[in-house]
Amino acid sequence: MIIRFFHQMGSPRYFYSVAGKMIPWFMTSFLITLLVGLYYGLFVAPADYQQGESYRIMYIHVPAAWMSMFIYVVMAVSGLISLVWRIKMTEVVVISSATVGASFTFLALATGSLWGKPMWGTWWVWDARLTAELLLLFLYLGIIALHSAIEDKRVAARAVSILALVGVVNIPIIHYSVEWWNTLHQPASITKFDKPSMDMSMLVPLLVMAISFKLYYGAVVLMRARAEIVERERNTRWVQEMVEREVK
Amino acid sequence: MSTLSLTSAFSLLLKRDLVLAYRRRAELVNPMLFFVLVTAMFPLGIGNDAKLIEAVGPGVIWVAALLAALLSLDSMFRSDYDDGSLEQFMLSAHPVSILVLAKILAHWLVTGLPLFIVAPLLAVLLNIPASAIPTLMLTLILGTPVLSLIGSVGVALTVGLRRGGVILSILVLPLYVPVLIFATDAVKTAIVGIPTTAQLSILSAMLVGSLVLAPMATAASLRISLS
Repeated sequence: MIIRFFHQMGSPRYFYSVAGKMIPWFMTSFLITLLVGLYYGLFVAPADYQQGESYRIMYIHVPAAWMSMFIYVVMAVSGLISLVWRIKMTEVVVISSATVGASFTFLALATGSLWGKPMWGTWWVWDARLTAELLLLFLYLGIIALHSAIEDKRVAARAVSILALVGVVNIPIIHYSVEWWNTLHQPASITKFDKPSMDMSMLVPLLVMAISFKLYYGAVVLMRARAEIVERERNTRWVQEMVEREVK
Repeated sequence: MSTLSLTSAFSLLLKRDLVLAYRRRAELVNPMLFFVLVTAMFPLGIGNDAKLIEAVGPGVIWVAALLAALLSLDSMFRSDYDDGSLEQFMLSAHPVSILVLAKILAHWLVTGLPLFIVAPLLAVLLNIPASAIPTLMLTLILGTPVLSLIGSVGVALTVGLRRGGVILSILVLPLYVPVLIFATDAVKTAIVGIPTTAQLSILSAMLVGSLVLAPMATAASLRISLS
């Protein structure tokens, strides 16, 4: 049953229709969790005893930084799958994720520097974690540039998969940079799930925001994947029939 | 071809690339000249402040080495791609990753090693104390092969593109950063007089790791570029 589902998901046509049905669910649950998370994060959670109100940018910054790494790992894993098993749909996932990942990385950098100005007194420091995150942004941009430079999209997807796999070395460096190098960036607050170093009233909205960002990624990646599928399969009959139906 | 052993295939390919490079001797000097010129630009831009030049020296030398390596990368597979020999390597009975390694080695001998030779001269120009020059040389001999190895993956991915040059630098430069960080850190530590074993060990680890993994990634990328 599950195996059959995966086989069917490998077919662009089936993927297209299933993704179309899943997007509204992702979208609505994203909006609900976003509103709940933002409300509890911005209004209900208490102010930090050291940082005051400005710590609240964490509710965007931390989930965005998590997403920037999470999406890269998703890209590398689906890149590996598409290189080994030549599954078309994972190729589509690799390239649909790149732009979302780049935007989350940019968001993490931008919110981080907005927070850094009042807290550290500077927009930017060349600290290990910030530099590593900046490198991640460059890796994403390199992937996007390579994909747009190669005309045959199937070749492009495989080239991008290799690049994503080579760049994945950077992910553990970003993740552990705060522990390896004692730098200005504070250590991760949530490393041990049994005993996080923050209060539940602050932690719960953060986790809700993290789930919300994941749902957003799910919705956007499916939308982009659908667009990519239609573009790739534009010469097949089912796409042409679908477009004719749309036109009528 | 099938009677040729892997070692002799490797050495034949290496010899062929070196002979080809030797036939165009004028081009051999270019990466070295570029390296010296870029390094010389920095004191001109910064101004004649001995203290400042000494402080930025290791970083300047390494950034210049990075750019020189990047500039010469494109030639690694270019002529073989144009005349079709690359496709013949793909068809050979030997593992492509080993053949690729021979090409990378030849490329490093022609473009990376000259940087190593002129580096002491530049170090003197940039007021780097004589006690730190051996460390600088060590970082270069450990680091520049890593640049060629990582770069080969980027070249292999972009060799089929008409304007691959800019994209190549976007792909490769972020991957060069760890080498840059640890190499310059080693030289700066050596200037202060603290042992640099840690940084040199990490650089060696990078060299060994990329020596094993990069040729495989390059071979896979070449297959994609030629498909």
